[in-house]
Amino acid sequence: MAHILLRHRDVENIHQLDVYRQHQGYEALQKVLGMEPAAVTNIVRDSGLRGRGGAGFPTGMKWGFIPKGAGEKYVVINSDESEMGTFKDRELLERNPHQVIEGALIAAYAIGAKQIYNYCRGEFMDAGYAFEQALKDCYANGLLGENILGSGFSCDFSMYFGAGAYICGEETALLNSLMGNLGQPWSKPPFPAVEGLYARPTVVNNTETLANVPPIILNGAEWYKQFGTDRSPGPKIVCLSGHVNKPGNYEIIMGMTYRELIYSEAYGGGISNGKAFKAMLPSGGSGPVVVEDALDAPMTYEGLTPFGSVMGSASVVIMDETVDMVWMAMKCVHFFHHESCGKCTPCREGTYWMEKLLKRIYKGQGTQEDLQTLRSVASNIGGRTLCALGDFAINPVLSTFRHFPQEYEAKIKPAAAVNGQGKKQTAVPVAAD
Amino acid sequence: MSDDLVTLSVDGVEVSVPKGTLVVDAAKKIGNDIPVFCYHPKLEPVGMCRMCLVEIGLPMRDRATGEPLLNEDGTPQINFGRGLQTGCTVQVSPGMVVRTKTDPVEQARADVIEFLLTSHPLDCPICDKGGECPLQNLTMRHGRGNSRMVFADKLHMEKHVPLGDLIFLDRERCIQCARCVRFQDEVAGDPVIGFHNRGRHLEIATLSEPGFDSYWSGNTTDICPVGALTTADFRFGARPWELTPVATLSPHCPSGSNMTVSTRREAKAGGRSVIKRVMPRQHEAVNEIWISDKDRFVHHFAESADRLTQPLVRKNGKLVAASWTEALDVVAGKLQQAGTAVAGVSGDRLSNEDLFLFQELFRKGLKSNNLDLANGRLAGGDIVAQVGISSGSNLKDLGKGDVVVVVASDLHEEVPVWWLRLKQAAERGAAIVTLNVRGTRLDKYAKHALRYVPGEAVATLRQLVNQSKVETDGQSDDPIAAAAATVGSAGNLVAFYGAEGLTYDETESVAKLLANLLLLKNGDGHAGKKNNGLIPVWPHNNTQGAWDMGIHPSFAPGYKALPEAGLDAHAMYEGAASGTVKALYVLGADPIGDGLMDGRGKLDFLVVQEMFLTATAAAADVVLPAQSWVEREGTFTNAERRVQRYYPAITPVGDSRADWQILAQVGERVGLGKPALAASLVFRDVVKAVKQYKGMDYRSLAKYEKQWPDVGGDDLYYGGNAYENRSGLGQQWVAAAESGKVGMFEVAETAVKSSPGLKLVRTAALYTPGTLISHSAALLGPRMAQPTLSLSTADARKVGVADGNRVEVTANGMTMTATARVGDAPDGVALISGVAYVPGTAVVQIRKLQEEKVA
Repeated sequence: MAHILLRHRDVENIHQLDVYRQHQGYEALQKVLGMEPAAVTNIVRDSGLRGRGGAGFPTGMKWGFIPKGAGEKYVVINSDESEMGTFKDRELLERNPHQVIEGALIAAYAIGAKQIYNYCRGEFMDAGYAFEQALKDCYANGLLGENILGSGFSCDFSMYFGAGAYICGEETALLNSLMGNLGQPWSKPPFPAVEGLYARPTVVNNTETLANVPPIILNGAEWYKQFGTDRSPGPKIVCLSGHVNKPGNYEIIMGMTYRELIYSEAYGGGISNGKAFKAMLPSGGSGPVVVEDALDAPMTYEGLTPFGSVMGSASVVIMDETVDMVWMAMKCVHFFHHESCGKCTPCREGTYWMEKLLKRIYKGQGTQEDLQTLRSVASNIGGRTLCALGDFAINPVLSTFRHFPQEYEAKIKPAAAVNGQGKKQTAVPVAAD
Repeated sequence: MSDDLVTLSVDGVEVSVPKGTLVVDAAKKIGNDIPVFCYHPKLEPVGMCRMCLVEIGLPMRDRATGEPLLNEDGTPQINFGRGLQTGCTVQVSPGMVVRTKTDPVEQARADVIEFLLTSHPLDCPICDKGGECPLQNLTMRHGRGNSRMVFADKLHMEKHVPLGDLIFLDRERCIQCARCVRFQDEVAGDPVIGFHNRGRHLEIATLSEPGFDSYWSGNTTDICPVGALTTADFRFGARPWELTPVATLSPHCPSGSNMTVSTRREAKAGGRSVIKRVMPRQHEAVNEIWISDKDRFVHHFAESADRLTQPLVRKNGKLVAASWTEALDVVAGKLQQAGTAVAGVSGDRLSNEDLFLFQELFRKGLKSNNLDLANGRLAGGDIVAQVGISSGSNLKDLGKGDVVVVVASDLHEEVPVWWLRLKQAAERGAAIVTLNVRGTRLDKYAKHALRYVPGEAVATLRQLVNQSKVETDGQSDDPIAAAAATVGSAGNLVAFYGAEGLTYDETESVAKLLANLLLLKNGDGHAGKKNNGLIPVWPHNNTQGAWDMGIHPSFAPGYKALPEAGLDAHAMYEGAASGTVKALYVLGADPIGDGLMDGRGKLDFLVVQEMFLTATAAAADVVLPAQSWVEREGTFTNAERRVQRYYPAITPVGDSRADWQILAQVGERVGLGKPALAASLVFRDVVKAVKQYKGMDYRSLAKYEKQWPDVGGDDLYYGGNAYENRSGLGQQWVAAAESGKVGMFEVAETAVKSSPGLKLVRTAALYTPGTLISHSAALLGPRMAQPTLSLSTADARKVGVADGNRVEVTANGMTMTATARVGDAPDGVALISGVAYVPGTAVVQIRKLQEEKVA
């Protein structure tokens, strides 16, 4: 089947404006410019499109929250793709930028915005420059700026490069950063739809989400809903990485199983080097790790719920039997500690503490007490932080504890050895299996 | 019940609070202390520290019908579904149920404390905040008493980071609550500190040069909930529990800011009680819980080594130590000898009691009306008595629909607390109209910033006043007409006036015009109504009191007009030069040092009552050593006519005496009878003589009531360490317009004098050298205002001066040297700052000085 999102894989040079236009490019925009803005939002709502950044919030509903009436409003594209193992937006920006631009323009028209910002991960230089070139081409051809396509609708589009902070993928931190403030999230409410950029109503959509919009407008909500499941309709780009034979981005129809993704020749082509599957991070570093039993779950927003995890942004990291789960948890926690913005106490202090504990445990210097403290610290962060980063940070820890407790236990030294280093031992050590 | 009230229950206790109230504040109203660190009632909530997590439930409703769902017993079903929420960011809603004492809540508090302490150095024994530290207190109350963090895992960071000369940061102690950053941004409007880096390396950094460049920096140390921010003045100076707090007032500015001096007896001071720090004392109608750095740091003059400790009498041409008896006898004798050629000038930082007795000495003892303020640069006390801001007003009440007019004043430099409060009024929606010769910082918050040409202030204001009586649609291209439309539609109207670039007579005309503006608004005047009226930007803390006490050649105490006016200060100085004035009593002022008086002239006798050997004192025949304000008690009256008490805090220096005591003792020697034995008794006489003070006494001035927000006290974590006010809120005296009709003022039309040439206008700077600040300057050294002359680019070219040149400035017969700044003044005006006083707008000569060769 032809790609809906990764269309550059079917159409050569679709990043060029004339090629894009030869393939129905900006026809969706043309179509909406003759419609009532509310009707545009309704189509997107009816399509069931949900946010592809990971949270899966219904896109049409988000647009519908924007108050009607005069005054500045903004569309902000979240291209701050920084989750471990996520690289889907980068490909879209670089290879199929016009579909994102068109989607954003449709969003701007639907909510009455005259300014779009693309907040792009700072490290995505090549992708960002390619996207900027696409913007220039649009300005030169009457697709951006004053009186777009002679419709009377005007809209500007600016590119903004982040400075290398994971937290700026959180929408309020992104907006703070875009305004020149420190990249820290704010406590919601106010929600961006009410008070976002410069305290004005703002829609923040993921890059991939917006790439879904033009085909929905062109073909209608019903067409879109034929793909995927009832609650998770449409295509999804999956970033497959780790120990698979063919890592990369794949556009799948939601509902496909993880097993098919990993083992099908059309996708991952199986575990590399003939090793056995051990575990999978279905949502980069931020989602709980799952094991073999989850492989038959469908890739949908709800599919992994029974397994205590989430599809998220669909950054699937595969780990074979050689991977040390304590090491993996330590690496993830290191990342979250490094990326914690420091605004709220549990995340700022807790990620630092968890990393200290995990390093000690990984090095074989931990105690039973450290294990207990680690679990407790992780639980104490959960549900008490200002944004979701704190909850993300504990997922790799608590999920590996759940599935691989023996790997932690195996790293705990016997009491005598630890006492020999002068550390007070209060819990009775449990010998490794 | 009002629609604006919302009823909720907190731990089973029902409370009704205004719509929009936050859960933490609603709980506080009924004495339920939800612990907080980042939350501060004067700042926008941010929900960062997570200490205030509570269970918040909302009544459930049937999705289809919208009807409330009820339990079997008829009580509403409550959904606590969202888990723990921050009480500081959630607004109350009807039927809300808040639980603050449940296991999950206690657990969360203990966990947040544990998290905070993982990075905290726990160096309480050497921390300035120890003993009054919110983190310490809440750890005792909610912490578990131990930490599972291995001590060696702690992160260590710099402990002595200067954010400037005044404020130091201890990075380890900082809990990243951002109260300081938010205060500087939201309240002070000086966003000169911010966070740098991220995560546990988040660090407070200063973004200004010089570091932490704000008049409000000290307040951040009060609201810091840990010992991370300390002042250069107090750090490592004392432990809080050793300190005795004493209520006092600002000795500097006419806002009457309430403060607390913390004192301690020290062996190295010979067992004397000394000042360790100065902090704000809550008065929501005066300074809320903020004080400027000038109020906080300029107190060292009181304990300066330069203080006069004994009376001095000139013998054989030299001032030598003498006994009080000898000095007082000489003074009384010489004053009486001078007969009608006696005169007195006073400063306006002394108390009402001092000034009243000075007046008694002259009018009753020496039968002279030759009495004036030494440096009376602003007229209109008598007009303020008619239409001054009404009693019970509070600048905090001004908001949408209200208008504040500020004429000829730079409030940021003159009375920073008012600047702060007007900024906030503007942020609440009040319209500010400024009328000045040049731009001031308040213009940023002003709806209309009007300018006048030097010499045309009165004419321009007259236009504004006249046009504001005309009904308009508010649309006009003419800036004055547009401002007049705003003023004409004011709900409440408050008018401030100062003296920048105005002569004394001009300030009087300005006061009268503003009075007329207040009296007439489409036939229904503002004057006399709450939150309306005139506020003079007096130069000192008790100029208002000086007017009230009759330190004026034409008014007896209580603004009783005298049949025969005495000499004004200017005439006295001329008389001293020419010999028509024979004896001059200078009370708490330095006319020679300020350049108002050219030496002692032909005076037979000059007596100076002062703390320091000023230029005037050095020229005197007798010098009487006076106590500073913290060594004695008294009352000051602020420019909003609020009479407030201050209390003795430190041991008097040497043989110095309170001014009122000295004056009573001189008075006794000229036949005024037995002196009063206490300031409170002098105040009784004040009340008898000043009818506006009727009903006041030291006890009534000491009355206080609980204020909101609830700061200080046991729950110091809630608002910071500002002191709760338990020593008196004072009493405002009633302006005439509040109790009866006041007629319009005649303001004569004066021809606009347009003389050619560059006009010199003196502008205020908070840290301008003066008697008090110059003896406290060590700390403020680099921030002290230096004489600076600002010229427009065109004018600078005309007089051949470049930026940074040293120049000699001559105007009105005074000559000063200054450093030139180019580009910061309107054409035709030379602005001089950092100098004591230049009256009016004189034509100025500017001469570039050759660069001095440095040997």
